[in-house]
Amino acid sequence: MKICVLVKEVPDAAVEKRIDPSTGRMDRSGEKNLNPYDTHAIEAAMQLREGGAVEVDEIVAVTMGPESAIRALHKAVSLGADRSLHLSDVSLAGSDVAATGYALSKALEKEQPDLVLLGQQSDDGECYTIGAVVADHLKMPSLTQVIKMDVEGGALRCERQAEYGYDTVSVELPAVISVGDAINEPRYPSLKAIMGAKKKPLDNVAAGDVGIDPSLVGADGSRVQCGEFKDPPAKAAGQIIEDEDTAETVEKIIAWLDERKLI
Amino acid sequence: MADILTYVLHYEGALNKNSLGAVSEGAKLAAEIGGECHAVVVGGDDLTDELCQTLGSYGATKVFRATGPEGLAQPVIDVMAKVIEEHGQAYALFGGGLLGFEIGAGLAARRNAGVTMEVTAVRAEGAELVAERPILGDSKISVSHYRGGLGIIIGRINAFEIAKTGDSAAEVIDVEIEYSPWSTQATMIQRGEQRGADVDIEGADILVAGGRGLGKAEGFQLAENLAAAFGGNSAVAATRAVVDAGWYPYAAQIGQTGKTVAPKLYLAAGISGAIQHKVGMQSSENIVAINKDANAPIFEFSDLGIVGDLNKILPKLTEAVKAKKGS
Repeated sequence: MKICVLVKEVPDAAVEKRIDPSTGRMDRSGEKNLNPYDTHAIEAAMQLREGGAVEVDEIVAVTMGPESAIRALHKAVSLGADRSLHLSDVSLAGSDVAATGYALSKALEKEQPDLVLLGQQSDDGECYTIGAVVADHLKMPSLTQVIKMDVEGGALRCERQAEYGYDTVSVELPAVISVGDAINEPRYPSLKAIMGAKKKPLDNVAAGDVGIDPSLVGADGSRVQCGEFKDPPAKAAGQIIEDEDTAETVEKIIAWLDERKLI
Repeated sequence: MADILTYVLHYEGALNKNSLGAVSEGAKLAAEIGGECHAVVVGGDDLTDELCQTLGSYGATKVFRATGPEGLAQPVIDVMAKVIEEHGQAYALFGGGLLGFEIGAGLAARRNAGVTMEVTAVRAEGAELVAERPILGDSKISVSHYRGGLGIIIGRINAFEIAKTGDSAAEVIDVEIEYSPWSTQATMIQRGEQRGADVDIEGADILVAGGRGLGKAEGFQLAENLAAAFGGNSAVAATRAVVDAGWYPYAAQIGQTGKTVAPKLYLAAGISGAIQHKVGMQSSENIVAINKDANAPIFEFSDLGIVGDLNKILPKLTEAVKAKKGS
C-alpha cells in the first residue's frame, strides 16, 4: 500500500497573523510550522504501517507552496514519511481552495496512492474542505474528521462525530481520509530522524510536470475573489483577572456574579 | 434571474435546524436577486411528500428529492450537480455542519465553482451574492465575490436564522439519479451513536463547561461540584476534544457537532475557545472563562476572564458559591 499524506506549512501560532495590505493576501512571511493537524495524519499513516493489518510500502508527504514549504516536508519526513513531493510553481500563487485541491489532485494522480491522508483543518484557513475537493477530482470515496480508522479487508472502518452523534462508515480503498486530532497522539521525532530528514528524497515538480491546466489555478483561475477585508463589529473587551491570590480572585468572581444576580 | 439551491439534512424524519436556516436565508436572498430558493433532500422512505412540502413554509418553492444513503456527502454531491446542470441555479447555500462542508467542497470540484466556508453573513449586490467570512480568529472579515456561473456558500453553524415566511407547500420533484461509482464506495454502518449518559444541558440557566484543561476524566468532578453548588437549574457541559477522549458524554457537548446553548451564565473551565466551540455558546448572556494560558482565544469573547490554575480556583470558588447561597 502506498499512502500519500498532504501537508501544509502554516503560520507559527506564536506569530501574529495579518493581511498584507499591499497584496490583500495573508502575510505568510512568519510561517515556519507544519500544520498541527497534519502531524496526526502522518502518525495515522505510521500506525497503519506498524499495525500489521496491511503492508505499507511507502509513505509520501506531499505539499503545494513556495520554496519555504520545504520545511514542512522535512518535518513530515522526520515524523516518518519516506520521501516527499513538492509542487511549486509561480502560476499556483493565489489559488483558492478549489484551485488548490485541483492542483494537489493532479500531483497525487501521478503518485497513484492507495490512500490519501490529511489533517481535517489547517491552522490558518481552509476548514474541512480540501479533502473533499481532492476526492472528487480523484474519483475516490472520502470522509473527513475521522477519529478512528481500522483496516478491514480492502476497506477502512472509520468513526467520526457528525451532526447526530458518532457515525461508523466503511470506506473502500483507494480513498481520501481527513483525520481529527483525537485520532492519535503524534510521536516526537528522534534527533536522528530530524538530522536525516534533509537527506531523504525530495522531488520538485512544476504545474506543467503534472498536467495542471493553467486556466484553473492561481488568482486568475480561482472562482472566488477575496481581496477585500473589513473589521468585525467592535466588542467591548471583557475584564481580566490574573490569579495571584486565589482567595482574592474568588472574592472578585463572586462579586462579579452577584452584581449580575447570577448567584 | 438567479435561483439558489440549498441542501436539507434530516435524521429520523426531522429536518435539521441549520438546514432550515439555510432555506430561510436562501429564500430571503433569492427574493433580493430575483430568483427562487430550491432545496435538495436525499434519503429513504421518511422523506414523505408531506415532510418535503413543509419546506415551502421556510420559503422554498421546489424540493428535489432523490432516493439514496443518508448521512454521507458524496451521493448528495451527485444529486446537486445533476440538479444544477438541469436547472442552472447560480448559488448553492449550506447551513453549518460537517456534511455541508463536505458536500459544498466536493460540489465546487465537480462544477469548477468557487467555495467559501465558515460564512457568517451573505448579502445581495445587484444580482450577485457576496459572502462574508471571519478569518484569523475572527479578527478580520474576508469578503468573497464569485465568478464563473456558480458560487458555493457554506455557512458557519447558527449563522442563518430560521424564518417561517412562506405560506404554500413546496413542489416536490423526484430526481432519478445514477450515483458515481465512488459515491457508493462509502457505506454507513451505524449512524448517530450516542456515547455516554443522556444528560440534558439545553434547558440549563447556568452551565459549567469543561475542556482539556481539566487534565483527565476525573477532573470533571471539579466542574460537577461547582454546578452542584450553584444548584437549581445548572448543569455541566463539555468540549468536543474531551468527549472524543471519552471523558464526558456526547449529549453534554457544545459546538459545531454538538449542542448550541445560550444560558444566563456560561462558565468555561480549561477551554481554549476554538471557533468550533465558540459557535455553540457565544450567545450566552454572561461568559466567564478560567484558563492558565493568557493567550487562549476564549478571553477574546468572555465577559470575565481569569488567568490561573483551575485546580486551585474551582474548589475555592465552589466553597464560596456555597457560602454565598447559604447566606
